[in-house]
Amino acid sequence: MCLAIPARIIELEGDRAVVDAMGNRWKAKTTLLPKAKLGDLVLIHAGFAISIVDEEEAKKTWQLIAEINDFRDTPNKVSG
Amino acid sequence: MLEQIYKAQRLMDAACKKMGRPINIMEVCGTHTVSIFRNGIRPTLPKRLKLLSGPGCPVCVTDQSYIDSVLQLADHDDCLIATYGDMIRVPGKSGSLETKQSSTNVKIVLSSEDALQLAKDIPDKTVVFVAVGFETTAPATAVAVKEAAAEGVDNFCILSGHKLVVPAMRTLLSEKNHNIDAFLCPGHVSVIIGFGAFAEIVEGFGRPCVVAGFEPLQIIEGLGAICQQLAEGKAKVQSIYTAVVTKQGNTTAQKIIGECFEAADGYWRGLGLIEKSTLKLKDKYSRFDAVRRFDISEIPAEDKSGCRCGEVLCGLIEPPECKLFEKTCTPDTAVGPCMVSSEGTCAAWFKYGRERCR
Repeated sequence: MCLAIPARIIELEGDRAVVDAMGNRWKAKTTLLPKAKLGDLVLIHAGFAISIVDEEEAKKTWQLIAEINDFRDTPNKVSG
Repeated sequence: MLEQIYKAQRLMDAACKKMGRPINIMEVCGTHTVSIFRNGIRPTLPKRLKLLSGPGCPVCVTDQSYIDSVLQLADHDDCLIATYGDMIRVPGKSGSLETKQSSTNVKIVLSSEDALQLAKDIPDKTVVFVAVGFETTAPATAVAVKEAAAEGVDNFCILSGHKLVVPAMRTLLSEKNHNIDAFLCPGHVSVIIGFGAFAEIVEGFGRPCVVAGFEPLQIIEGLGAICQQLAEGKAKVQSIYTAVVTKQGNTTAQKIIGECFEAADGYWRGLGLIEKSTLKLKDKYSRFDAVRRFDISEIPAEDKSGCRCGEVLCGLIEPPECKLFEKTCTPDTAVGPCMVSSEGTCAAWFKYGRERCR
């Protein structure tokens, strides 16, 4: 539950942002990260940016999220 | 990358040799747990190094009395329950939110802001936000409460089940499990509280605390860093997740938590009552507190199912030692929260099989 997702701020008005991660776009707020600017990569948790993150780190997390989604979708036991 | 793995393995081997007894390292983050199982890290570790999955999944540590309170509120015709999807299947005394969902009194939201928006959109219902999660999630709740106060959204309230990680670690060490040698500390909780917050555990109990990120190399390097400390007989706070974790953490988020909440004693599944381990709304925001609005008394219910999630959460037993595991308790027919939650230890054991988990 505490996994935050890296996303790029593509719109920003006051503390209301639209962010993009892996092509998915959604609304988020920058209330907890006042220094966030348009174009920044940020970690989003439960609708809020909580930290600035760099490109390399974002890529690693996106990959992990894809793997965790696989994990959640695994219906049966995995052998071996 | 291979060089980093070899280095971590050498550090682990050296620690096992130096300690001359099994080493127990506990992770206290559900996302770490999933990553460890998903990537098959456990079988690659030295036999004498054991990983314990601690109370790191917010769904798993939520006491049943909290779930029962939410279910009670869902029965009020004038209430609308807004909850993160994670909580929807957790069983209480009488069913779960999922079984109530047909009553249209339950809505899944992705953020506290969505819950607040629901309250604005549906003024004739009282929206109760099921506010669970650790320090990562608590500031989001705090922002919504402050906005509700500023905008006068009086049909919004929260049932705070927010919990603090460090008091649980303290209770584990002092009361529940003396065999924990070190902690692999949560990455994104630490973004908020800062790695300096674990100094209390290091100073009070002499146990190494290392913050790591979630990808497999971070976890392996984190375990290596812990082993290096153990082999050298040291205990210090360390972060190898330098990309986003600082010593001070996110001070804006900490300040907002402090404005809305105060630490209060509260119940945890498996750990019982822990002093100053939960977040309760301050008096100035009491009108947004579901407990005070609806006169809810949180008395822990006696669990007669035979579920041993509490012991699993403390690292005292492994899931197969529970007689319900894989028999009456499976992800489809979950009895306890560690099987319900996708981040739960029992769910991970079930999915990946015993060989991969040892």
